[in-house]
Amino acid sequence: MSPLLAVDNLSKLYGARVGCREVSFALWPGEVLAIAGESGSGKTTLLRCLSGHVPASSGKVHYTLRDGRSVALDEMSEAERRLLMRTDWGFVHQDARDGLRMGVSAGANVGERMMAVGERHYGRIRATATDWLKRVEIAEDRIDDSPWSYSGGMRQRLQIARNLVTSPRLVFMDEPTGGLDVSVQARLLDLIRGLVKRLDLAAIVVTHDLAVARLLSSRMMVMQQGQVIEEGLTDQILEDPQAPYTQLLVSSVLQV
Amino acid sequence: MSTVLKIENLSKSFLLHQQAGARIQVFEGLTAEVKAGEAVAVTGPSGRGKSSLLKLVYGVYRASAGSIRVLSDGAWTDVVTAPPRGVIGLRRDVIGYVTQFLRVIPRVPAEMVVAEPMIDRGIAPEQALARARMLLERLNIPKRLWHLSPMTFSGGEQQRVNIARGFAAHFPILLLDEPTASLDEDNRNRVLELVAGAREEGSAILAVFHDEQERRRACSRSIALG
Repeated sequence: MSPLLAVDNLSKLYGARVGCREVSFALWPGEVLAIAGESGSGKTTLLRCLSGHVPASSGKVHYTLRDGRSVALDEMSEAERRLLMRTDWGFVHQDARDGLRMGVSAGANVGERMMAVGERHYGRIRATATDWLKRVEIAEDRIDDSPWSYSGGMRQRLQIARNLVTSPRLVFMDEPTGGLDVSVQARLLDLIRGLVKRLDLAAIVVTHDLAVARLLSSRMMVMQQGQVIEEGLTDQILEDPQAPYTQLLVSSVLQV
Repeated sequence: MSTVLKIENLSKSFLLHQQAGARIQVFEGLTAEVKAGEAVAVTGPSGRGKSSLLKLVYGVYRASAGSIRVLSDGAWTDVVTAPPRGVIGLRRDVIGYVTQFLRVIPRVPAEMVVAEPMIDRGIAPEQALARARMLLERLNIPKRLWHLSPMTFSGGEQQRVNIARGFAAHFPILLLDEPTASLDEDNRNRVLELVAGAREEGSAILAVFHDEQERRRACSRSIALG
């Protein structure tokens, strides 16, 4: 077995400013990796480079396709990369409005992803969309409503359904619970945890919330000033942090 | 019986950067072995690293020096140097860890909490759930609670759910951190029966028991720290 994603010395510079620097790691099928760090530490930049949203300045990202072939992201054509993003990958944005088409109904948001991979049968699209809305706990009678009429938590769940309907193997999540009420967060996290486990998804979750990392991930990387300063098993990082910054981060969490 | 856990020259210290770089030495140069079917107690005064030793073996703490080798599929794996994936694999297939404290995940029912480690190891969900229910029953968790999340359970009920989870998957190596603490006598006896049962099935057990009588009943020898 080979890693799903192999990242080698990836850097992203904005002029003289460092987005992220010399990041290397491997992600295996079914693994959930959390990337933690404060605002401006480079975690979102890294995620955007990994997912092909912005080109890296240097370094390589290799992805293993379903047929076992390994491809370098920067050597793929734009069309190939777009196909990969529609089929094998998902991207859950912090703000659901960035990941949804707000002008079409909830059902169409899910159906659209299916059509993008070649599904044409209206009945099947409708049935699958309904099934997915149910799986993310959205009532069936809301399928024809616009996402504008949805609450923040519902929009986020809809975004997840839209991403997962094509059975991706790798999902990128950028602060998936950011900006939601705590009660809504818990439900969403639990839903994500269940789906990731059941579908054997690999995921990379960017979060500044260590509780989110603990609940969702088995492995963790901590970033500061664009660099990965510590990595390991999530419980190891949280219970026996080594780097000064990680110790500060962990000890700053208030207990309730 | 053969040795399945070998701890050699193990040292652990904590360097606290946020507290003026204070260094806390927990223990140094610890060497020990545990055989299949054997239960070994970790003893010593409070603060000498009994729980830390279990956490090191489970890979929650990182060793400062030394090795912790575990027999897995006929080969030795060092927990100290294994990559995260390797440790995750050991936790799925080889090492179980039971504490008094259940990490409750919202909305997952108690029977599923117990069945999960078995399902992760490839046992069919129905079979896993059947064994989970059997263990919950043995540990006196009322049937009406099985399909509820342990979120609202009492401390003792949560603890027993966690014990059921630890014993459910027949781990070749079991780490027990005060599994009987704060349980009533009947439930303490149930837990000690589970320990004896796991030994008979060939599990190697490394355990911290607060109560000396229980320790003697469960374990055949001890490793003294401090």
